[in-house]
Amino acid sequence: MTIAVPPATLSTPNGTTRPLVRIVIVGHVDHGKSTLVGRLLHETGSLPDGKLEMLKAVSARRGMPFEWSFLLDALQTERDQGITIDTTQISFRTRSRDVVLIDAPGHAEFLRNMITGASQADGAVLIIDALEGVRDQTRRHGYLLQLLGIKQVAVVVNKMDRVDFSAERFGAISDEISAHLIGLGVTPTAVIPISARDGDGVAERTANIAWYVGPTVVEALDALTPSQPLDLLALRLPVQAIYKFDDRRIVAGRIESGRLQAGDDIVIMPAGKIAKIKSVESWPVTPVEGPQGAGRSVGITLDRELFVERGDVIGHVGAAPRDTRRLRARIFWLHDQPLEAGASLLVRLGTRETRATVVAIEKAVDPGELASEAATAIRRNHVGEIDLSLAQPVAADPAEAFPRSGRLVIEIGGRIAGGGLVLSVDSGQRAASADIVPVDSALRPDERVARFRHNGAVLWFTGLPGSGKSTLAKAIERRLFDRGGSPILLDGDTLRAGLNSDLGFAPHDRAENIRRLAEIAAHLATNGHIAIVAAVSPALDDRAAARRIAGDRFREIHVATPAEICEQRDPKGHYAKARAGALQNFTGIGNDYQPPTASELVLDTSAQTVAEAADTIEAMLARSGVLVDELVDLAANI
Amino acid sequence: MDHLDALEAQSIYIFREGFARLKKLALLWSLGKDSNVMIWLARKAFFGKVPFPALHVDTGKKFPEMYAFREHYAKEWDLDLRVDPCPPIDSVDPTLPPAARSAARKTEGLKLALAKYGFDGLIAGIRRDEEATRAKERVFSPRGTEGGWDVRDQPPEFWDQFNASPPPGAHLRIHPILHWTEADIWAYTKRENIPIIPLYLAKDGKRYRSLGDQDITFPVASHASSIDEILHELQTTKVPERAGRALDHETEDAFERLRVAGYL
Repeated sequence: MTIAVPPATLSTPNGTTRPLVRIVIVGHVDHGKSTLVGRLLHETGSLPDGKLEMLKAVSARRGMPFEWSFLLDALQTERDQGITIDTTQISFRTRSRDVVLIDAPGHAEFLRNMITGASQADGAVLIIDALEGVRDQTRRHGYLLQLLGIKQVAVVVNKMDRVDFSAERFGAISDEISAHLIGLGVTPTAVIPISARDGDGVAERTANIAWYVGPTVVEALDALTPSQPLDLLALRLPVQAIYKFDDRRIVAGRIESGRLQAGDDIVIMPAGKIAKIKSVESWPVTPVEGPQGAGRSVGITLDRELFVERGDVIGHVGAAPRDTRRLRARIFWLHDQPLEAGASLLVRLGTRETRATVVAIEKAVDPGELASEAATAIRRNHVGEIDLSLAQPVAADPAEAFPRSGRLVIEIGGRIAGGGLVLSVDSGQRAASADIVPVDSALRPDERVARFRHNGAVLWFTGLPGSGKSTLAKAIERRLFDRGGSPILLDGDTLRAGLNSDLGFAPHDRAENIRRLAEIAAHLATNGHIAIVAAVSPALDDRAAARRIAGDRFREIHVATPAEICEQRDPKGHYAKARAGALQNFTGIGNDYQPPTASELVLDTSAQTVAEAADTIEAMLARSGVLVDELVDLAANI
Repeated sequence: MDHLDALEAQSIYIFREGFARLKKLALLWSLGKDSNVMIWLARKAFFGKVPFPALHVDTGKKFPEMYAFREHYAKEWDLDLRVDPCPPIDSVDPTLPPAARSAARKTEGLKLALAKYGFDGLIAGIRRDEEATRAKERVFSPRGTEGGWDVRDQPPEFWDQFNASPPPGAHLRIHPILHWTEADIWAYTKRENIPIIPLYLAKDGKRYRSLGDQDITFPVASHASSIDEILHELQTTKVPERAGRALDHETEDAFERLRVAGYL
């Protein structure tokens, strides 16, 4: 057989080097979007042969005057109802641009389709009926364009023939819509009087609008600029997958912003693991040399074996996104059920998906009315601001700084129900657990109290290395056990060998170490045990976070043994090592320990014996209601 | 990054999303110019390997050149090729006009293959610029348990966030080249040296712009006998791509009826 193999020469992309812009046409239903699109295609010579005749035939068969909108409203249902249901895309050329035109439906019912179309656009044409003027849907679309981050908006005032091409009527509408858009932070690039059906103002300034001096629609489209290059921002590479089809382990994803190349030092968020890019792999030729910029779908290999997974985000060391379990976002809502505080849902941020809980609805607005409502729920087709708590940590950026990676969508029942922009990323916030269905214990709290003769508690020993935290913790563990209680020791170093082995000693890692300790301790305390934590925990903020997590079960014990004595003791040899310069980030030699200001107890092990200190702790526990002596009458509570 | 690079990167992104989010994928290979580009893009996305089967739902009525192409490149590209036949014509809706009815066999064949293999995702090489109903498609497009497309209730899809949870028994159509045009396909085929079936090149003043079954596909008048000439022709022609597809011209809504029922 013969198979034609074309010669290996480069073609001119797209036949030209003309810029490509994506335009969405939006506006209230029946204000003439599809008609304008049909007319634009005709005026720019973009209609295929026979199309005009076909449209004429379709119109005639229905006994209707010629209808441009039939061109795009190709679906039978749309023709029958005379509306555009879904978004469609069509290309044409102006003098200097290739334009992809996204036609979006105007019905409030189909707002999801309008957003589906508009989310891909560089610019927008907002259409207004000269007779009807600015309507709810006009305002709503203006609001959504702003929310989608579309800054270039040309306004056309259509059906000028219906108002006798009145310059006054045009001026009034122009003023009203300009004020609305400018109020949203969007300055219209032009406001153009037209009659799409007859062609006035579309490609030509006809005698009917002789009083108008601005650009035609075609000229206005010609002036729109393609979306800005994202190469100049910091690197963001959301991981789509890890492939191991051969001996390479390739991390695959699309560069959303910035650039990368082999040799770059990178950090994988949210875990904060560090590596170097070994190679940028490709096919059929690999590896590829030189920097790869935003928009490229790439595959990289790393210089070391690390656990990387879909949803991680790769950035450069020193310019990585933040990790968080708490986000504030401005969203539009498309689901039938209003979005309420406490709702449990699925959030997608780049390639990461995580369960999440709506902590609060901070604002709810009907963009048609532009009136804020009582901020308890965001209804369908409305917008609002929400506070989200995430079940797992994510790498995130605010949309203002990172337009592409600062977007999220919300899924309910496997279907996108809304979406929006990340307003702020709150580092170190604890995710509420309401999004997970907690399994109740088989036991009532008072059953445990009856057996253990204590309430659940977290005893948090903080102090310099060598101050005696572990020694005291073990002593009190023994005491509590001997009196029939259920103490459980959580030693910082021990947990670092397992649960927290992925963490280092940078401030950020230390914060996460403390957070995890506090979470485990709080869980044990909730179940009636006394969790005894011995951890240097040098930062006030981190301990405050631990106290927030454990709530009123938290008892902080500051082991305030003088620093010189701690160093003399040096039970693990750390001080000596640190003095010799062999141990980085060691608390004790530097002055980075922040002593508590309001702990439940302060002890000095250079001034008391272990037994005396244990007595003091026991007394504090009795005084503050952790230890109980009288037996609870269980029967009375049944 | 030029225009073709941008198209390629977007398609690769879609392929990788499909592969990451669905369990049992197959790629529909019709042997035409679009699906060949699609396979090429899949190999780019997965570094030379196509990690899911290529499914050819065979009407038995393709051109001999197409069958020869299939056998040759399935081997050369190391594809996991599955060829599944379509049921006979009398099992198809008799109210459809003849060409549409003939084409609808493919829908039936597709349903049988879906039931047989249990695919939850079918990657298909349709493009928005081909035909008006295709312009309305989502990138990840849910299909009902009967394979049908509910055009009135398509899920929102924006910012490359796709809905990828088909209900049990249903499947998703994934469209990695939805955003390409006919000219893009040819420019890319040339740039990447992707092999083509020679029926696309003009012979005796005629060539095929779109390849379907022998009984319902016809060549158009053309003197374009190289890809460069095809590209030049596309810049000047106003003849629609599917002019040689009989089923598009039978009734106003024949194509939409087919698509709603599950046709590509």
